[in-house]
Amino acid sequence: MNNLSAQVSGAQLRRLKERDRPVVAFVLDGRPAQALAGDTVLTAVLTQARQLRTHEFSRQPRAGFCMMGACQDCWVRLEDGHSLRACQALIEPGMHVCTQDFALGDAPP
Amino acid sequence: MTQGSLPQRAVCQDLPPVIVGAGPAGVRAAQTVLAHGLRPVVLDESPRAGGQIYRRPPEGFRRSGAELYGTEAGRAQDVHDSFDAIRDRVDYRPQTLVWNAQPDLLDLLHAPTRTLSSLAWRDVIVATGATDRVLPIPGWTLPGVYSLGGSQVALKYQGCAIGDAVVFAGTGPLLYLVASQYVRAGAHVAAVLDTAPAIQRYKAAPGMLRQPAVMAKGLALVARLRLHGTPVHHGVRLLRAEGIAGLERLVWEDSAGRVQHTTCSALGLGHALRPESQLADLLDCAFEFSALHRCHVPRTDAMRRSSVAGVYLAGDGAGIMGADAAESSGELAALALLQDRRIPVDAARIALLQRRLAKTERFRQALEIAFPFPREWAAQAEDDLVVCRCENISAGTLRKTALETGARDMSRLKALCRVGMGRCQGRMCGTAAAEILAQVQSIPLADVGRLRAQAPLKPLPVDVTVQPTHEVPHG
Repeated sequence: MNNLSAQVSGAQLRRLKERDRPVVAFVLDGRPAQALAGDTVLTAVLTQARQLRTHEFSRQPRAGFCMMGACQDCWVRLEDGHSLRACQALIEPGMHVCTQDFALGDAPP
Repeated sequence: MTQGSLPQRAVCQDLPPVIVGAGPAGVRAAQTVLAHGLRPVVLDESPRAGGQIYRRPPEGFRRSGAELYGTEAGRAQDVHDSFDAIRDRVDYRPQTLVWNAQPDLLDLLHAPTRTLSSLAWRDVIVATGATDRVLPIPGWTLPGVYSLGGSQVALKYQGCAIGDAVVFAGTGPLLYLVASQYVRAGAHVAAVLDTAPAIQRYKAAPGMLRQPAVMAKGLALVARLRLHGTPVHHGVRLLRAEGIAGLERLVWEDSAGRVQHTTCSALGLGHALRPESQLADLLDCAFEFSALHRCHVPRTDAMRRSSVAGVYLAGDGAGIMGADAAESSGELAALALLQDRRIPVDAARIALLQRRLAKTERFRQALEIAFPFPREWAAQAEDDLVVCRCENISAGTLRKTALETGARDMSRLKALCRVGMGRCQGRMCGTAAAEILAQVQSIPLADVGRLRAQAPLKPLPVDVTVQPTHEVPHG
């Protein structure tokens, strides 16, 4: 888990505009995190990390691709077991997003 | 039209016209239907009308239209205002995906509530738009690599750049539009890499002059990039995207054959657009190969009627003609629908819209000369290139499967090696896979056919609520 966390640290997206929106608190891989109201889940996660999920066959990191709901590459898991398409769904207060893959024996922090 | 030869459907005369999609085509269609006294149902996957090109940020964002849409701000505003003016008078259902089509029912998912329902239809205008046409390069699945249109969505819809140092690569007018929007928003654009050789723009100039205003806008975009000092290279070949946890650099070959490395954390990649035609396929519309699009597109007549009675095709979903043409074809499709309902329409208006569309078609041919499809791509694709992002299928697997089994069409290839069978249904890989199949079998692209759409058109959640159907037609 620690190695993986180090690898995926850093942000993919960079905020350029509309940075004065209200803050939304959510949970990213077990840690408290902040997004802005109106962020998609993809934006909320990728402004502080570089991956949304691990690809099920290649085991490689993925971070979405088309941003318009067509490629299906940005499905992320929520802690409650639901999955959602991160480029389409908006972040909600208290949402708990899991970008790491625990299926291979890694334990959540 | 061959309506007489088609199977009879159960038809309920009082069903409202259905419009799928609320981009420029869907909005104009809705407006036209409403203006003739009918109240359409407007189904749209997005939370707000506008489509991808005129996509509106979520509530609470404050950038002006000029900042969001640049030279297209006036048109965007007009489409938005037009829809805002009618939204309370149409049966508008945002965040609603049409995931299946039956001869008299459309199956819907309301995404936020995970509710399934069915809607009876007698006539439907399909205005499903387009997505990027992408030719994969090694490393294109790395975090940081996005489609060109997706890069634009990040900025327009979320106010974000796709990375700290961005390269835009591929070809097409969108390449320059998105790059200049990024520069204007203060992003660092490390390079713009066009696979089209510089000479192509001069060859295309006579045809482009048919729409001098559009051509001038394009030149202004390039001028802005030059003024800003953004490196723009023509006639490049994209070699690979490299990185471990995410993109770190792009390796490419310049027009003189020298290998170049550009450090970047993000890449916007696209080679023009492809029609989003799956719903037309499920509705059983006939398709034909378009040499211009290098793919099969649903067939339409001059009034945007499909081969199926009661199904009309508007906007880029039936062939890429751009946003302005989408407004015209949306209105035209609505007028055809009204005509077929025996409602009087203005013949002069129809003639005007058809003239506009013919003009766009000629301009579109010139764009294809300026930004040609890189035909050498398939032959140059290495065997270990991942073509299908969902199922992780490589170019080598496609070639081996085709050669060992003799598969010569896309449906067979899909059945044999799962290409295009994943969650995106080949939206991202279909173009590339077809090019590779044609290349390895040495047959014309037209002969490899196409991936067929399957319901559900996009993945459905497992824990859905099913709403009973009240609107079943009495046949």
